[in-house]
Amino acid sequence: MERPIKVLVAKVGLDGHDRGAKVVARFLRDAGFEVVYTGLHRTPQEVAMAAVQEDVDVVGISIHSGAHKELVPKVIKYIKEFGGNPEEMVILVGGIIPEDDFEELKKAGVDGIFIPGTPIQEIIDFIKKAVAEKRKAVAKK
Amino acid sequence: MEDELKKKEIERIRKKREEWEKNCLQPFLEKAGERDYPFETLSGIEVKRVYDPEDIAHIDFVRDIGYPGEFPFTRGVYPTMYRGRLWTMRQFSGFGTAEDTNRRWKMLLKEGQTGLSTAFDFPTLMGLDSDDPLADGEVGKVGVAVDTLKDFEILFDGIPLDKISTSFTINPPAAIILAMYTAIGDMQGVPRDQLRGTIQNDMLKEFHAQNTIVLPPEPSVKIIVDIFEWGIENVPKFNLISISGYHIREAGSTAVQELAFTIADGMAYVEAAMERGIDVDRLAPQLSFFFNAHNNFFEEIAKFRAARRMWAKIMRDEFGAKNPRSWWMKFHVQTAGCTLTAQQPLNNIVRVTIQAMAAVLGGCQSLHTNSFDEAWALPSEEAVRVALRTQQIIAYESGIPDTIDPLAGSYYVEWLTDKMEKLAWKYIEEIRKMGEGSVLQGVLRGIENGFFVKEISNAAAKYQKEVEEGRRIIVGVNKFTIKEKLKIPILKVDPEVQRRQIERLKKVKAERDNEAVKEALEWLRNAAENDENVMPPILEAVKNYATVGEIMGVLKEVYGTYRKPIII
Repeated sequence: MERPIKVLVAKVGLDGHDRGAKVVARFLRDAGFEVVYTGLHRTPQEVAMAAVQEDVDVVGISIHSGAHKELVPKVIKYIKEFGGNPEEMVILVGGIIPEDDFEELKKAGVDGIFIPGTPIQEIIDFIKKAVAEKRKAVAKK
Repeated sequence: MEDELKKKEIERIRKKREEWEKNCLQPFLEKAGERDYPFETLSGIEVKRVYDPEDIAHIDFVRDIGYPGEFPFTRGVYPTMYRGRLWTMRQFSGFGTAEDTNRRWKMLLKEGQTGLSTAFDFPTLMGLDSDDPLADGEVGKVGVAVDTLKDFEILFDGIPLDKISTSFTINPPAAIILAMYTAIGDMQGVPRDQLRGTIQNDMLKEFHAQNTIVLPPEPSVKIIVDIFEWGIENVPKFNLISISGYHIREAGSTAVQELAFTIADGMAYVEAAMERGIDVDRLAPQLSFFFNAHNNFFEEIAKFRAARRMWAKIMRDEFGAKNPRSWWMKFHVQTAGCTLTAQQPLNNIVRVTIQAMAAVLGGCQSLHTNSFDEAWALPSEEAVRVALRTQQIIAYESGIPDTIDPLAGSYYVEWLTDKMEKLAWKYIEEIRKMGEGSVLQGVLRGIENGFFVKEISNAAAKYQKEVEEGRRIIVGVNKFTIKEKLKIPILKVDPEVQRRQIERLKKVKAERDNEAVKEALEWLRNAAENDENVMPPILEAVKNYATVGEIMGVLKEVYGTYRKPIII
């Protein structure tokens, strides 16, 4: 049997807005995923370390402070430094993200960006599909 | 005799209603039915088809509603309300450096805003300097960066402190910000007893929601009481706290939870102050409140009216305040940021209008209306102007402020006001029980055992489920959607801000009297260790250009830091 999808829901930076992160975490758990939540005020290093140690399929970064362009690429960089492979993970970002910044985040390695109002089912479907693709790619290697 | 008459009248109405139900309603229902939509408020209170005098028969006009400016203040704290003076239009703003924010403030004052309200960036809110590694990427992003008094000098350049009142949304470093404001007043030559404004300074709600937390709960409350003690003597016109439900609601609570937890926190602070020996009648005029105005129009109005009535009873009957002025609940309202949608952002102007009308019909003392672009970024100049104009249109064109509490006597509004109060009291009694008779202890216990966080997070999940299932409709999000390309301008904070701010911090540190800073910080350490009031040494430190990070650093060393338990 295939192992369940493991998701790290992470708050990075100093903002305390965690309603979205927590609601998404709950719904993902109810959808059968294994969910780990980092809690608040984590540095990019801490998030990356958790992602590598927990060997997750998905890293979902929630950020509302406008610091996404600075902090998200750092998480990805540190995952590599700590011996993980961010390309084998599905990297998601959620929160207050202006559309103009989508391109830059995707270039930095982000697979999906979800703004407020996104139906959670959409996130669940996205994760299932993206994880299946990444696992297939890894298996081929 | 009167009771007998009332009973008879109610009997007559009941008969009429039964007749209506049988002859008029039933046949119609059989033919046409009703909409399949939850007829309940956002707190889950079931809304009946129609209300009549029987629903409010238990409410006594003189005892429970009365006249504005009189106990229990259901209709407003002032006898003339907006006929005397309109609410203060106070847009929350700040970004970038002190220069950027000073410019935005001056623009808003020119556009007719009547008070200032300061948004700080996250490093400042968390008591960190701009050069702290944790601040990297966040300097000046969601508010203005403040490291030392130098930033305040620039922030208030050309703003006369004797004419304008300023609100500061700040919590762990509230004592530092109040000290900075006092110092600027001293520099401008404004007598301290003329300084007007508000510091949020409400740490309890940070533990329930919002999460800007540095010190553990108990020392946090201790410092708040220090601020009360010092503020009563030194800045008697300043609101020393803004007991806030706003963030509790933004974290996903219901209106009832917002009402109950805010009032419980208020009771906790008064209890803590009285334990210190502070006279409740001296403190009360310097307390203020802060609520959220969400979408369910009548529930919000009822919430504001119930809040005022509850606080009056609490101050008079529980805490024994003698001065009628102490029974007032003054409050600021902000429209609900969490209701704004990234999809079809112009729809937000309509949401904000409805919410602002609820705030005005609820009798607020000051109001912030959100800008329509806030689900994307900080407000652009155009968006904030529309938000301010929304208030001005309500104030000058709608006629709503012309008569006081115009919804009083509405069967539905009075019934709902009463219902909100009853449900809120139930929560408060539960909290009091957790504290074995003390609301303060109950609140601290509830923080410790996750009671507040769980209650709020369950409500948030329930609401989200309703939205996901389409049982709650959000226009433009889960119904009436369109394919769109974002067309509104977005405010971008210059990434240079961080570098400039760190440079200024370095310069201040190089030019100040380091010996004086060291002495002031030592004085602070001693005061904290010996359970003395920390305000005088903080003021001394601020005046010598000690940084926010240095001052908070001393407090962290003495009191320790706090990390919230993880509860999903």
